[in-house]
Amino acid sequence: MVNRQPIIAVIGAGIAGLEAASQLAALGYKPVLIEKAPVVGGHVAEWNRLFPDMTPAEDVLQPLLAGTAKVRTLLNTEISAINRLKDEYNLILSDGSSLLCQAVLFATGFHLFDASKKEEYGYGIYDRVITNRDLEQWFNSRQDARIDKPRAVGFVHCVGSRDLKAGNPQCSKVCCITAIKQAIEMKEEFPDAEIYCFYMDLRLFGKKYEDFYIRAQRDYGIHFIRGRISEVGEAIDNRVVVKAEDTLSGKPVKVTLDLLVLMAGIVCNPDAQQYAREIGVAVDEDGFLKSRNNLAAITDSSRPGVFFAGACTGAKTVPETLAEARSAALAIHNYFNSRG
Amino acid sequence: MDFGFKLSPSSAVNLDTVDHRRFDRLAQLVPDALTCIGCGSCSATCTASAWTGMSVRKVLLGLQRGQDAEVDKMLSGCMLCGKCTMVCPRGINTRQLILTLCRLDKKGEMVR
Repeated sequence: MVNRQPIIAVIGAGIAGLEAASQLAALGYKPVLIEKAPVVGGHVAEWNRLFPDMTPAEDVLQPLLAGTAKVRTLLNTEISAINRLKDEYNLILSDGSSLLCQAVLFATGFHLFDASKKEEYGYGIYDRVITNRDLEQWFNSRQDARIDKPRAVGFVHCVGSRDLKAGNPQCSKVCCITAIKQAIEMKEEFPDAEIYCFYMDLRLFGKKYEDFYIRAQRDYGIHFIRGRISEVGEAIDNRVVVKAEDTLSGKPVKVTLDLLVLMAGIVCNPDAQQYAREIGVAVDEDGFLKSRNNLAAITDSSRPGVFFAGACTGAKTVPETLAEARSAALAIHNYFNSRG
Repeated sequence: MDFGFKLSPSSAVNLDTVDHRRFDRLAQLVPDALTCIGCGSCSATCTASAWTGMSVRKVLLGLQRGQDAEVDKMLSGCMLCGKCTMVCPRGINTRQLILTLCRLDKKGEMVR
């Protein structure tokens, strides 16, 4: 007989947490969603449209919200401490209450790299330098004085990713396609603008990504320059001057832009690392949480009863995250079944 | 005898005949040389590049393509200012790399 009463703490109510909680509830368990922010939806809720089909982010969220409507959800709630008991975990929450649970699911997601750490790009120093998230918020709100009919826009790939000195040597994986998506959207918005993408390598691995790249070249005339921007300066009229090497021609290039968008990379949520340490769950050398097996058991941690879903183990796309969340729900189901 | 024409040597890189000894020795002494991803940050920020053609990226590539003469010409333009070391995303100590390379001859022997 399956015990369907166990309580499962799902840390984080982004798309990974929502999908996993929804599946766990459907399987008859009692998931509890714990979310630090005042709203659910995580990063996806802040995004406007998603690659590769330009799906409104809201369309992804709606079914997840419907699936978790009856799930106990604690908003504005942080975890002060986690204790490991014999077969259970005790979470001390920021409201002073505690939650005893039989399994923990990390759906803690990622943080965007703090672009101001790459000082040479001038984020937080120059007015016309913004990040991928700032631009996405502008697509939502249309309110940002820095975006004023730009005639030349640049996108810098790999900001704080594939960057050993910034402490994040991993490829953040989704920024190449995000840059192309945002470049196309800017060209649609400002058809007269020249748009430049400065990349080191283009990694367009996913379904339809390559089509996106071809469209950006052929239909939108976006310029791709293979070279990493080495420094950014401000001209007297507040525009920014960027310098790079066009490594294909072997010549230094310089261009003056009205707007420079930094594609901030993906790093692990530091809270997740803290919780993992408290209960003896392994953190990998890349800073993300360490799966028991990177091929066959990506949702299993090094500890029984602790599971992972989504970007807490590395950069993920939306469909990968959702698939992993379902997989984690099943892994938790099998865990309780095997214990009788 | 003058036939009124001559054959130009091919400018193609023949990997069958490229001598790797200088690069291999460099990689032994400065293992970071193997980690370059060719992003061009070094060349873009180089203070000497515009006048001398110096480019750490091209030096590393040229070494592996048997273009020693071009490599040595580029190296002679370096002022060792160290800006390329500051911008390299892979953290390569380009200054040490350049200084080491200047001491190696074509066969990878330490001559200085």
